[in-house]
Parts: sequence; C-alpha cells; structure tokens
Amino acid sequence: MTPLSDHVLPAGVPPPTAHHFIDLHQQEEAEKLGMWTFLITEVMFFGALFTAYVVYRNMYPEAFMLASSKLDWKLGGLNTLVLIVSSLTMAMAIRGAQTAKRGVMLWNIVFTMILGAVFLVVKYFEYMSKWEHHLMPGPSFDVEAFGAWGPQARIFFSIYFAMTGLHAFHMVVGLGIMTWVFLKARKGHFTPQRYVGIEISGLYWHFVDLVWIFLFPMLYLLGAHTTGLGH
Amino acid sequence: MSNTISPAAHQDPHRVEPDSGRETSTYLNNGYGWKSWLFTIDHKRIAILYLVSISFFFAIGGVFATLMRLELATPKGDMLQSDTYNKLFTMHGLVMIFFFLVPSIPAVLGNFLMPIMIGAKDLAFPKINLLSWYIYVVGGAATLYVALTGGVDTGWTFYTPYSSTYANTHVVPMAIGVFITGFSSILTGLNFIVTVHKMRAPGLTWFKLPLFVWAQYATSLIMVLGTPVLATTILLVGLERLFHIGIFDPTLGGDPVLFQHLFWFYSHPAVYIMILPGMGVISEIISCFSKKRVFGYSFIAFSTLAIAVLGFLVWGHHLFVSSQSAYAGIVFSVISMLVAVPSAVKVFNWTATFYKGTIELTTPMMYAVGFIGLFTIGGLTGVFLAIMSVDVHLTDTYFVVAHFHYVMVGGMLMAYMGGLHFWWPKMFGRMYPEFIAKFAAVTIFIGFNLTFFPQFLLGYMGMPRRYHVYPPEFQLLNILSSAGASVLAVGYMLPVFYLLWSLKWGKKASANPWGAKGLEWTIPSPPITHNFESIPVVTEEAYAYGSEPTITVGPGHQNPNPHYKDDPIV
Repeated sequence: MTPLSDHVLPAGVPPPTAHHFIDLHQQEEAEKLGMWTFLITEVMFFGALFTAYVVYRNMYPEAFMLASSKLDWKLGGLNTLVLIVSSLTMAMAIRGAQTAKRGVMLWNIVFTMILGAVFLVVKYFEYMSKWEHHLMPGPSFDVEAFGAWGPQARIFFSIYFAMTGLHAFHMVVGLGIMTWVFLKARKGHFTPQRYVGIEISGLYWHFVDLVWIFLFPMLYLLGAHTTGLGH
Repeated sequence: MSNTISPAAHQDPHRVEPDSGRETSTYLNNGYGWKSWLFTIDHKRIAILYLVSISFFFAIGGVFATLMRLELATPKGDMLQSDTYNKLFTMHGLVMIFFFLVPSIPAVLGNFLMPIMIGAKDLAFPKINLLSWYIYVVGGAATLYVALTGGVDTGWTFYTPYSSTYANTHVVPMAIGVFITGFSSILTGLNFIVTVHKMRAPGLTWFKLPLFVWAQYATSLIMVLGTPVLATTILLVGLERLFHIGIFDPTLGGDPVLFQHLFWFYSHPAVYIMILPGMGVISEIISCFSKKRVFGYSFIAFSTLAIAVLGFLVWGHHLFVSSQSAYAGIVFSVISMLVAVPSAVKVFNWTATFYKGTIELTTPMMYAVGFIGLFTIGGLTGVFLAIMSVDVHLTDTYFVVAHFHYVMVGGMLMAYMGGLHFWWPKMFGRMYPEFIAKFAAVTIFIGFNLTFFPQFLLGYMGMPRRYHVYPPEFQLLNILSSAGASVLAVGYMLPVFYLLWSLKWGKKASANPWGAKGLEWTIPSPPITHNFESIPVVTEEAYAYGSEPTITVGPGHQNPNPHYKDDPIV
C-alpha cells in the first residue's frame, strides 16, 4: 500500500511521507489533528479575553454601550463582509487543489490574501481614527468624553484593542501562511491526492474569520446605538 | 508468535554489545558535532537537550532556595534586605515552576520514551519538538536576563495590581519570559496529543498503553487547554503595566480579582502538569520492581483523566480570601476535595500492586516508595486547604508552602529522580552505581522531610510565608528546616557526580537490565536513531509480567532477581 503507486507527483516534489510515519495516511491524519489541537489552544487564548469582556460588560453595561457607540459599525460591517468572502475564496482554493485546477487554486489564494490585506487596511483606518479621537487607552485617553463612565469606557477600549489587536496579529500570521501556501501551490505541492497542507492552512484562516464573526457583534453592535449617542 | 521484532540484537535482552570491535550505531554516536545536537530532530537527542537545560535551571532555582534558607536560619534579617528576599522567592518560584517542574518529566523522560513506548520512530512533529526546545531556551534567556539585572519581586503569581502598577522591578521582561516559555509547553503538549492518537504501533490499543503514556497524554491536555489562558493573562498584565489599560487596576475601574481567576485557571491545572507525569513514572517503576501488572490498570488510567478534568474546576480555592462569593467558594471547596478521590485511587492501586509482588528495592523503587508516602502527605494536606474555614487560618502561611513542596518536590521531583535512574541505562547504555544512588535517595528523603515537615508546624502556628524575618519562637523549627535544606542539597548534588561518572565508567547496560516489560526494553540500550528496526506489532497487555522464573546467563549487568520472564515482549 504505497501512497505513490496510484498516481504520479510532478517532478521536483519531495517524497510526501516523512521518515517517521508508516504511510501518507498516518501523516495526514497527524497533520490534521495537529491543526485542530492548535485551534483549540487558540480558542483558549482568545477565551481569556472573551471572559474579561463578559465580566466587565456585566459589571458596567451602560459604559460599554456608550463606548461601543463610538465604534464605526459600518467599517466593522464592511470588514465582516470582507472576511466572509475571504473564507469563500479560501474554500474555493482548497477545492481547486482537490480537483487539480491549478488556476482556480492559485487565483483564489491570491484573492484570499488581497481580502485579508483589505481587512487590515480598514482596521488601520479604524485604529487611526480612535487614536485621533483620544480613544486609545493610555495617557492621552479622553476620560471626559464619557461623563461619569470614563474609566469604565477605557476598559471597553482596552478590551477592544486587545481583542481586535490579537485578531489582527492572527490575520498577519495568516497572510504569512498564505504566502507559504501560494509558493508551495505554485511548485505543485498540492494535488488531489495530497492537499492537506492547504487544507489545514484553510482551517486556520476560517478560524481567524470565525473569531471576527464573534468580535463584530460583541464589540460593535451589542447594546450600542440604542442610547441615542450612536452615529 | 507475538513478537515481530526480529533483528538479532533484540532476541536476547541481556546481550551487551562488545566493547571492542565495530561500534554499533546508536542515537548517541550518530554524529558528534554541535550541529548534530542543536539541529537534531531526533526526540531522544532533544530530550537530552532538555535534560541539560532543565538541570541548569534547577541548579539556579536551588541557589535561590539556598540563599532563602540561609537567611531564615535566624529570626532577624541579617543577611538579606527584605526586597532582596522578595526577589529570591519570586525567582525561585518562577525558575522552578516554569523552567524545571513543568518541562521536567514531559520534556525529558516523555520526549525520550513516549514515542518508543508506543512503537513509533519519533513524535508526530519532530521539527516542532526542536522548536519548542528553542522557545524554552529563549524564555530561559529572558529569565536569566531578569535574574542578572535585578530580578522581579511580585511572587511567581504576578498578583495585580502590585505587578501591573506598583512593582519597581523587571516585571515586563519576566512576563515576556513566561509568555514565551508557555508556547514551548503548548507545542510539547500538542505534539504528544497527536502522537498518542495517531502514531501508536499496530495492535497497541489505548488500554494496552503503558500508564506513563496515559499520564503524558492527560498532562498534554492540560498544557494545551490551560497554558494559552496564562499567556493571555500575562499579556494583559504587560499591557496594563505599559499602557495603563485599566483591566486589572482598581483605581481605573478594573478588577484585580479577575486576574486571580484567569491566573489560577491555568496555574491550578498547572500543578497537575507538575504531578501527573510523576504518577505515570511511579506506575512504571512499581510494576517493574514488583514484577506484577499494575493493580487496577484502567482505574489508574481513568483517574489520570479525572484529575486532568477536575483540575480545571478547582481554581477558586486559591481565592477563598479574595472576596470571591461564599457560594462559589463552597462549590470550589467541594470539587477540590473531589480531586482527592482519583489521587487516592492511584495511591491505593500502587499499594495493592506490591501485594504478593516480587519486590526489589532498587534506587528507582526507593524513590517510588518515597513518592507514595510524601505525595500522600502532600495530597491530604491539600484536602485541609480545600476546606474553607481551615484555609482562612492557613492562607499564606508556611503550611501552604509545605503542602505544595510535598507535592512538587516530594512528589514530582522524587518521581523525576526515580524515572531518571530507572531509564538511565536505556538513555545512555550505562548502569549508575547502585549503592551510592541508594545513599543519595535516602539522603534526599531525609533532607526533604527535615526541610519541609517543620514548615507544616510553622504554618499551623501562624508563620506567614514570604517574610525574611520572624518572631524568635519560630527559630528552632526554621533551623531544622534550613539544616534539612543543606542535607537536601547534598542529596541533589550526588546524582550529578555519579550519573556523569557512569557515562564513562558505569557498567554497560543490557537492553533490559531490570527485566521490565514495555517496548522501550525490547530495543538496545542506547536505542538506535529510529528506535525500531521495524515497526513492532503489539499483541500483549501492558505489564504482562510472567510468573515462571527464568535465570538468565550472559555478559553485562545481571538482574539478581530470577522472578521474571526474559523474553522480549511486544
């Protein structure tokens, strides 16, 4: 049962099974479980921040509504859309690898990267506007803007920057992974028989998108714009 | 025919490779240059890298402890200023926990043995395994930087708001060090989980696994689920300190108790990271030197998982006096007491394993017996502390210090020493000198009890921890404790000398010097680079110790006990 007996890999591709695996199937199973386990650690990593959010939102609901209404839900919504579409292109890239459609695979990786970059650019403008309006926690934070809720609103923005900052960091890592995937894909490393590399990279990408799907309503929508102070 | 390991070297477990003539290929002589070590992806070599680095950090942590015990020999602060003392206990805790105890058995013995025990050639991700060692080294370098430039004085627990707002020491570099080292632990855990799930040899079902592997698996689950929470928490402390984001600062509306919740959500499970692997080692040693299958195998396996799961639900017992709701306190108190059940299941099963066993009191066995006694004391005093009313009296006293040292040092460190001796012949192909090793084991046992038992009494009488001065009436017990520490130090230094000595002058070890069961004893000592010539097929239960006596003849170290079967198992 050699993995190479029923198909031929393009020239220049190293033997797919590493020395310590019995066969390719075992290696792929290990790689997939490795990524899922890693994603569980990521859930716990973000989990601590979600906990902090839940605790303080319950402690200071008014302050969180006030502060939340300072966020631009349109830009947040745009970014949500961008990431959902990037998940689609990611899935299509994997489909391209599975069906041996090289062009579909490569172009969709490129689209995914472009959409990821768009997300980061939008995020940059959002951060800049928070900076200009003295909403960045730190010495320049405008406590007066929230009346009696100044310090508590600062906690909201601390959590906002910690969570979206960590998320943006994961996007940057994701772009790095996508660059790697693109280079590998161009060399023909992903075939209908062996596409686990792009598949598990896709898992990571979807996970980072999913985190944003939680962040957007939590930070931008929940309770905001009902106080009459929204945009 | 239950055995598919066919090469000639495996047929006779007592065969010793001749000194002269062609040198056999092992993982140790497969390359000698520094590159062959620093760029290795062989799990056995990475285990040796860890062995060297954690021994280094253990020595550093030991120096901090020594200075503390010297200071505490007298009631007054004769030798150290209080702020120096604060730094010493902080650095002692940080170094011993994050750079010795957490990686000790998983990263050294687990790394070396786990793939062999499950019949694999390596861990699932050998490069990630090497990466985790480098991450550990970088985190360790940050810690050394902190230690050399003035240290940190927050206690290893980094309690806010002191750490985030008021401390004037190197909190941020140390937080970075702990944050980085956490990823080493996460990656090791990830690697182990995938390896146990996917790399087991044909026929090796979950309930044929050695209990050591179960223990590594449960530990890895905790590492993977707990450590990321610590990473985020430490990150928030750093942000609080640098940008005053207010999350843990009460003057900015934040809640410092949230820090304690998040911190102990990792750090209580982390104490199970620091004891479960030791329990796995003890199961192996006791079974081998009783020449009996471990009593209640599946109970021990499930109690391992039960401890890992329950361990995540007890963190609140660190917050009994931190304004946590009394109702939450009751729940945490009850669950904390529940952890004693699976722990006791293990202790009783080990004890039952002795029954009608053919017991040999070798050095590893002495450590194992010591472990059972000391862990029982450490565990039971943990139940005292889980009782809220008792805990109010004992919080932040030496009783707590004694309790966790009985578990961490009396438990994990005894198990680590036992395991190191047990598998030393496998790792390096040499026997350690038995007599002096037994002497060291007894020295450690005596020194340990002399150091830490008086601390139970001191704590009960109300001496608070983390102070460098104390009322004169506590001096006698403190002197006993300091004297014990010096005995302990001798006990720890002896193995350094005789183990290193044995590398060159120790008797050559056969493949199975103890007559033990387990895949690791079917391959030569030291193993070849890829562990197995061919992947074994396992048909036998774990610990299938036979009853018929077999006397073996042949060169090399002989097991004096005739009561074991010597055919190589699979």
